Amino acid sequence: MLKVATAPHMFSPVDTQRLMLDVVIAMLPAAFVAVAFFGLNALIVILSSIAACVMWEYLFVRYLLKQKSTINNYSAIITGMLLAFNLPATMPIWMVLIGAFMAIVVAKMAFGGLGKNIFNPALVGRVFLFISFPVQMTMWMKPNWHDFFNADVQTAATTLGILKHLDASSSATSLTHDVEAVHDIPDYWQMFVGYTGGSLGEVSALALLLGGAYLLYRRVITWHVPFYYLATMFILTSIMWLITDDVRYEPLTHLLSGGLMLGAIFMATDYTTSPMSIKGKIIFAIGCGLLTFIIRFYSAYPEGISFAILIMNAFVPLIDKFFYPRVYGTGRK
Amino acid sequence: MTKQIKSTAFTMALVLVSVAVFSALVLGSVYQLTLEPIKQAKSNRELEAIREVVYGDFTNNPYEERHQISVSRGKGKVDLFPARDENGKITSVAIKTYSKNGFGGRIEMMLGLLVDGTINKYKIIEQKETPGLGTKITESRFSDQFHGMNPGKMVFKVKQDGGEVDAITAATISSRAVVDAIQRGYDALNKLSTGN
Amino acid sequence: MDKTSYENLTRGIIRENPTFVMLLGMCPTLGVTTSALNGLGMGIATLFVLLLSNCAISLVKNVIPNKVRIPCFIVIAATFVTVVDLLMAAYFPNLHATLGIFIPLIVVNCLILGRAEAFASKNSVFQSALDALGMGIGFTFALTLLGLVREVLGSGSAFGYSFVEEGAETMLMFIMPPGAFLALAGLIVLVNQLRGANK
Repeated sequence: MLKVATAPHMFSPVDTQRLMLDVVIAMLPAAFVAVAFFGLNALIVILSSIAACVMWEYLFVRYLLKQKSTINNYSAIITGMLLAFNLPATMPIWMVLIGAFMAIVVAKMAFGGLGKNIFNPALVGRVFLFISFPVQMTMWMKPNWHDFFNADVQTAATTLGILKHLDASSSATSLTHDVEAVHDIPDYWQMFVGYTGGSLGEVSALALLLGGAYLLYRRVITWHVPFYYLATMFILTSIMWLITDDVRYEPLTHLLSGGLMLGAIFMATDYTTSPMSIKGKIIFAIGCGLLTFIIRFYSAYPEGISFAILIMNAFVPLIDKFFYPRVYGTGRK
Repeated sequence: MTKQIKSTAFTMALVLVSVAVFSALVLGSVYQLTLEPIKQAKSNRELEAIREVVYGDFTNNPYEERHQISVSRGKGKVDLFPARDENGKITSVAIKTYSKNGFGGRIEMMLGLLVDGTINKYKIIEQKETPGLGTKITESRFSDQFHGMNPGKMVFKVKQDGGEVDAITAATISSRAVVDAIQRGYDALNKLSTGN
Repeated sequence: MDKTSYENLTRGIIRENPTFVMLLGMCPTLGVTTSALNGLGMGIATLFVLLLSNCAISLVKNVIPNKVRIPCFIVIAATFVTVVDLLMAAYFPNLHATLGIFIPLIVVNCLILGRAEAFASKNSVFQSALDALGMGIGFTFALTLLGLVREVLGSGSAFGYSFVEEGAETMLMFIMPPGAFLALAGLIVLVNQLRGANK
């Protein structure tokens, strides 16, 4: 058994630090890809998000709680990176500051700090920004290798955005229009490497898988949540694809596009906001997959990862209640 | 404190009945009192909206002359308010139309059409669209493009559906609902003029 | 004014504020406070109903048998709510259009029945009127403040006067339902801090 999987987050500081450092290392490939493809803008968003999260945590703990600062456990850095991964490269810095405030102060510290929050802080920050500033949050930069200083910023649609669009116009009879749109969908290789429009951290499945492999190797996470999450999505889309033969359901496209990999590997596996037992993790992951499927196909939003994970976060106490790994001689109500 | 009445079947029935009767009396009289002002307020609101969307001024009371027309699409009813100039000629028509396909449900609007069906202006009366996105249907940046369009003489659809109407970025559904509501009003006007 | 009367009048404004401290009437609080004016309108409507129903209930408290007091209170409150609804539709049609379905819902506002049960059914007409005034002012104050906070953050305006240019980015979340919860939570924290500091 992993030493960290079952305990309700009572590590010694050194353990926590090492663990968090591993997560940061695992996120570096995706961060590198983001900076390579989206240039200086991406770097600024990532750094400002991290700085903002650390700053809010420091201010809150020092001046409101008047306690010793907790920023040296790296958790604010992870939240900052994850938040940046969920933002487009063109996000204005003041909005990043507000998102970081929501993530750290409202979603984490107001619930009692690390280990006590119900909802994933980075996702709360993202959803707040998404609902508050829908225009900025859906303006995706076109990736460009050769343009580090963002001299020529162009916007691009996300793969899921194109698919949703197909959905919307399928009622109309303009067939040529559809063909054009299908042509815009990037090929699998582009999606795998991440040379498409999207949030900073979500574009490259390759980099995220690398990070995931490192986390598995370091035994920071178990394979259950990512596997069952991705599998649920894959099976559901495959069934629909086989039945309807509609390009919108193509399973591989759905695995590789949007925030699915990012969510499955880095956000649904968050200790505090996911169940403790293996059985619980599996149920949690299947629930996330199901909700993602429903939101992607039956709602107005093209992407549903953050909503799906947040909704399942709310069920975690219930899941834990039924599947809590009993420890001999201890009682929990 | 004074003594309270005992709870017997008789006293309970008596008190409940008298409270109900008293309440009915109060409500009845207030209802009578406010009946006329409420009607007046409603007609004023409609008139205000009509004045805003029709072409030019009118001398009649369009609210008094309203026609209700049932349209086939959606099985609903729309109200038509003809606006006449001083010679009694109809210059344009205001139509209270709606669409059920908004992002947040029903959208109601007052639509001003010239007699030949050319759009003058519309004013959204009720909507529950997403603030900041769908609510842009109430802003002139979007609504001005409809001025001078005639749904009968063009492909009256948003560009995403192969038509000629510019949709609001990230709010195609709301834009489509506006087009739907205008189309419904236009159909009603057509039905009236061909039916007469 | 003697001490009890003063006490009854001022209690509801901050110390036992119906919204921030007793958490009564959350439905209209969260539902209508998308702007300061909406909050103010709803608060005054509730104040009016509360005043009338408190007085009426205090008047008839001795002739109402104990076992049927709740239905009687509800009927009395519902009568006054409908009266306010009709009057508002007749003379303030614009406000009536925005507050819409929340006016009839004043009937089930815990504040009305709560004050009837806890205060008006045990005290004199004058004291009940003072209590209703205090509580109503507290409720109005809370709703207006909440509406103001949400309007400033969400629409960039205060009492309808916009202070940002058209099309500027404001935090739309605050004029949507989840923002109501966030803003209310923030204000409750603030009020509790202030009350704690006064102790």
